[in-house]
Amino acid sequence: MAHSTARLLDDARDGRAMTWVIAIMLFLTVLAAAMGLATRNAASTLERSLAGRLTVQLTSGAPDARAALAELLRPWLGADSADPALPLPVMIDVDLADGAPATLARVRAAVAGIAPEARIDAHASWMASVAGMLSLATWLGAGLVALMASATAMVVVLAARAGLDAHRATIEVMHMLGATDVQVARLFQRRIARDALVGGAIGGAGALALVAVIGMRGAGLGSELLGAAGLGAGAWVTLALLPLCFVLLAMAAARVAVTRALRNIL
Amino acid sequence: MASGARGGRQTAPAMANIVQFENVGLRYGTGQETLSDLSFNLASGAFYFLTGASGAGKTSLLKLLYLAQRPSRGIIRLFGEDAVTMPRGRLPGFRRRIGVVFQDFRLIPHLSIADNIALPLRVAGVPEADVSGPVSEMLAWVGLGDRGAARPATLSGGEQQRVAIARAVIGRPEILVADEPTGNVDPEMADRLLLLFDSLNRLGTTVLVATHDLHLLSRVPDAQMMRLDKGRLQDPTGALLHPPGRQG
Repeated sequence: MAHSTARLLDDARDGRAMTWVIAIMLFLTVLAAAMGLATRNAASTLERSLAGRLTVQLTSGAPDARAALAELLRPWLGADSADPALPLPVMIDVDLADGAPATLARVRAAVAGIAPEARIDAHASWMASVAGMLSLATWLGAGLVALMASATAMVVVLAARAGLDAHRATIEVMHMLGATDVQVARLFQRRIARDALVGGAIGGAGALALVAVIGMRGAGLGSELLGAAGLGAGAWVTLALLPLCFVLLAMAAARVAVTRALRNIL
Repeated sequence: MASGARGGRQTAPAMANIVQFENVGLRYGTGQETLSDLSFNLASGAFYFLTGASGAGKTSLLKLLYLAQRPSRGIIRLFGEDAVTMPRGRLPGFRRRIGVVFQDFRLIPHLSIADNIALPLRVAGVPEADVSGPVSEMLAWVGLGDRGAARPATLSGGEQQRVAIARAVIGRPEILVADEPTGNVDPEMADRLLLLFDSLNRLGTTVLVATHDLHLLSRVPDAQMMRLDKGRLQDPTGALLHPPGRQG
């Protein structure tokens, strides 16, 4: 009885509040998801760029390099750069093809064997706290999406229950005419799916547009980290699918809420 | 309306009991019993009047019959099956076999008359192409052939009553239950409505009409009368336990 009973629930008895609630929820959800995806992207880019990179600092034992270093520092220190009392450590930038801890340990052992006083700084360890923050932001985004989804499901349940009360007379007639709970629930599912679809389209489109604008402005700043936080094609597809997921979630929540409530009616 | 499944009145010996009540009682909450010790059988294809003063329990009895209420005690068998312990999921299938004319019509106000009448067919999953024909036929049968697009609120009480009757019978129910169907109409319209019920009964449907209008009883001479008094059924002759049925 799908198409023919589409008007069984009186539209005049329901406001459009549900559409706007879903729109706002979707707007916030897409923003939270975009934040999570962008920070995850930034964290993985950072991890890729820092993994296997280290600096070897030789504080002594490199007399051949001292003259070259003094020459490099002359624009800032002048003739004092050639002062033998001035400590001029030699910095060697190392980029390992394999950034595994075992490789790093082998490099440390090799350097220690040649120059015991040398210091080795792994770049990844400098940025560990930043990467930790980015990871936290990613999880925060995922948590917000989960919370928004839960809140949306609860709103739908409340709306479905309110709808049952508003349309109680119609539902009683339908039951007496032999309608099953699933048939009644389908009416509410269809109604809520329509509201969620419209709300999701409004909220989702608004959030996607905002994310695009923020992305363009971030890219314009020329910051390496902000550039790394851009969204790939997969992330955009994920964001675009969120409204659809919310429609399905809303339909499922409505069906469960209505069929459970109807069990209390003979 | 299409012809009934049994093709008209049947003779008494051939009739089976389509409804059986055994010591049925109904209590709302913790109050006194609204219905007590009801024991009767309704024969398939027969016509019954249920009478009694206001508050005697007529509507409660009908609710038990059309499965809107479970009894507090006793046994109810509908179409040969125990309706008291029947799982909830099976009730819709049984309700589709019972047509109900509610005292307050219960038409859905925002739907057209045609859509109201079509509702049982749509609930039963009848293809849309097969709905409009029977609906038009029913509209003509109740004399509202030109009002299909109207909303219930634009109809008189009698017209709404006829729409409710059309909705109750369009699914070819095996039992038709009508609660005070002539309560809102003038005597002439009451006669016309009874004629509708009678013609339906002649097509094989068991009809039970609850009314406190005793004048109606004379309109269907071979109908049987059930009388409720303070929730108890008066059956001095025992005919309701062993219904003779309606003679063909």
